[in-house]
Amino acid sequence: MKNKLKYFYSYVPLIIFSILVLFFARQLILKEDPSELPSALLDEKFPSITLSRLADYELFSNKNLMDTDNPSLVNIWSSWCVPCKVEHEFLMRMREEHNIIIYGINYKDNKEDALKVLDLNDNPFYAIGVDQDGMQSINLGVYGVPETFIIDRSGNIRYRHVGPILEYDMEKIILPIIIKIKQEKL
Amino acid sequence: MIIELGHFLLALALSLSIFQFLLPAVGVKFNSYSMMKSTSIIAYMSFILVLFSFASLVYAYITSDFSVSLVAKNSHSLKPLLYKISGVWGNHEGSLLLWVLILTFYSAAVAILGRRLPLKLLSLVLSCQGLIAAAFISFILFTSNPFVRIFFPNAEGEGFNPILQDFGLAIHPPFLYLGYVGLSVTFSFSIAALLVGKVDTIWVKWVRPWTLIAWVFLTIGIALGSWWAYRELGWGGWWFWDPVENASFMPWLAATALLHSSIVAEKRDTLKAWTILLAIIAFSFCLLGTFIVRSGVLVSVHAFASDPSRGLYILLLLVFFTGGGLALFAKRAPYLKSGSLFKPLSREGALVINNIIFASAAATVLLGTLYPIFIDAINNSKVSVGPPYFEAVFIPLMVPAILLCAFSPMLSWKRAIMDNIIERIIAVFICTLFLASLIIIIYGGSASAFLGLFLAFWLICGTLYEFLIKVGVKSSFKTFTQRALNLPRSAYGMSIAHIGVAVFIIGATVSSAWRIDIEKPIILGEKIIVKDIELTFKGIKKVEGPNWNADRGEFEIIKSSGAKYLLYPERRFYPASEVNTSEPAIMSGIFSDLYVVLGESLQEEDSYAFRIYYSPFISWIWFGIMLMAMGGILSLSDRKHRLGYGLKKV
Repeated sequence: MKNKLKYFYSYVPLIIFSILVLFFARQLILKEDPSELPSALLDEKFPSITLSRLADYELFSNKNLMDTDNPSLVNIWSSWCVPCKVEHEFLMRMREEHNIIIYGINYKDNKEDALKVLDLNDNPFYAIGVDQDGMQSINLGVYGVPETFIIDRSGNIRYRHVGPILEYDMEKIILPIIIKIKQEKL
Repeated sequence: MIIELGHFLLALALSLSIFQFLLPAVGVKFNSYSMMKSTSIIAYMSFILVLFSFASLVYAYITSDFSVSLVAKNSHSLKPLLYKISGVWGNHEGSLLLWVLILTFYSAAVAILGRRLPLKLLSLVLSCQGLIAAAFISFILFTSNPFVRIFFPNAEGEGFNPILQDFGLAIHPPFLYLGYVGLSVTFSFSIAALLVGKVDTIWVKWVRPWTLIAWVFLTIGIALGSWWAYRELGWGGWWFWDPVENASFMPWLAATALLHSSIVAEKRDTLKAWTILLAIIAFSFCLLGTFIVRSGVLVSVHAFASDPSRGLYILLLLVFFTGGGLALFAKRAPYLKSGSLFKPLSREGALVINNIIFASAAATVLLGTLYPIFIDAINNSKVSVGPPYFEAVFIPLMVPAILLCAFSPMLSWKRAIMDNIIERIIAVFICTLFLASLIIIIYGGSASAFLGLFLAFWLICGTLYEFLIKVGVKSSFKTFTQRALNLPRSAYGMSIAHIGVAVFIIGATVSSAWRIDIEKPIILGEKIIVKDIELTFKGIKKVEGPNWNADRGEFEIIKSSGAKYLLYPERRFYPASEVNTSEPAIMSGIFSDLYVVLGESLQEEDSYAFRIYYSPFISWIWFGIMLMAMGGILSLSDRKHRLGYGLKKV
């Protein structure tokens, strides 16, 4: 009996590893691109979320997205997220050079740390909402920070970008979609 | 032409590697002495081929040959020479070639140093190394060929990510890979041991130093990466629990466990199956790390070059090597003879607990890193795991490990006597409590600061006490020095490495507990006082570098001692890639770092956003890690732990 157990135990690492591989394979094959939007949300209304205020900053809520003149970006960020620091510069550029309205959702963050980031870095956001425990962002299917959603003039989600927006993403993906939305008739 | 030659040599190296896999395997099967004996020569040759192939790519970078696609994408003629060369591995294709270069280097080293190993064991090890090399070279040739030309070359390259243009980061990948790939040697040894079906003394005598050298390189590599993040990302942080950082940290945790279990295997001839399992797991973590970094299954700031189709290939490699290794383990491990028994309270017992903790820590980091994938698969919802998780789970795990680390070297092998230990623990405890409380009373500080200091002092006191016991406290000065000199270098190595851990903890604790952040607009000529340091903002100048131009701020620093320094934080602009970066200016000292970051120019005239961080003891973090690595090197220089065990002294 004891010997049989010994044989079984020696298979445990292999079994655990096989389970891991199944997860990897699923991630890799079924969803080749982790930044792809779950199809359920694409072209749907931005889900209703309730966020809290960050200090004196304008509060971001679903109302903001009712603006029928301009498309906008909703960016999910956090002070502990390094990629957010990298993309910050491009958010600033989109705001300053292309006059794009960007809303921020501060995700699972410490308020003081979040405030620090905004104070010293210039604030790319038109309005900000805090999602302290990350529960609201679940409605959006947030996978990790940073993530950015493009919202069209009817308040529908048109695109979801996972990971930092870098030069290429800004020029080749985000801006063309914004331009396209602007040309559409309501 | 040279590039085509490099391509050809690499293809040749592939066929040689396949040969290096087959020849000894067949040789062992038919017990052919000459077949087994000639494997070493193949190992040397494939190293030389890959070396020349690598050199051809380096040559293309140095001469800025933009007709090579990789050079055109990643280099720029204005880049300084050092960064042209480091650009070779600053991208996916080139870094894999470096990986293979180091792999074949290790194989050749094993072949040279292993001349006295049992021929069958050496042949199987080299065969396994050959198989790994073949797999990776074919990965390069079929999915990530660095030698591709473009037909209409541009006159200028596209530069590369300017954040990566940094000395620390230039040498970070080679060190990290020397660590990663070093673990392939212990992996191959484990596979060979499982195939042979026995673990003898010479096997253990080999595995321990080779684990140690991989561990030393891995330690240095991680330290360099963290040092880069500190100096370059401009946030004063040094570890972010990013998936890519975790990818290098998990093999380190497994290698640390392996290092300690191989001591038991060597000294007490036990825990052998576990040591083999750890060696397989440690190398698997390296492959897993490569998979995470290169496949893009997880989002990371470091994922500069990810591609799902390559991910599939790496996953197949992972399945083949790890799955194969673990299957072999499952089949063969129960037949390995188990070694001598020991009581729970003994050096072996303490090292087993060390192993359990480090294995759990590696599993914890793995879980946190992969959690988003699991949750996504199970209920299709998306979550993210940030530093809060890792800090909440990892630190409590490490506390008992540190507590144990201080006095487990005092325990005797096989069975220790409780009474002796209790007395020592109490002495160390009182001493530690006194020191830690003293500092908290003088400087104030939170409970977590106290805990950190307590652990650090506990480890230092315990290690020093253990040293004193070893050389004899009450002996005369003469016998004291004599005994101290006679202690083996490995004993010093261990003590220094453990003190390094303590120094690291002091750095991490103090720099976060007593850090001062000042983040505000500063006007020209304004004075800021941080602690006993006076900073004056003197002005902003435009400067030009080789492939960037920058705004450079000038700060005059006056310390309370009257010493004056100048700091120049910069905001650089790289026209080739149209990217701005911030180059923090750091005044590093033994007891504190002053970190100044130049932000945007503000609307009011002569006013700029600045960030100034005062971090006490932060350099102790890297100093501590370097002490750990030095302890490892010292231990390697011990006669008993030479890499070429069994070779006669030349």
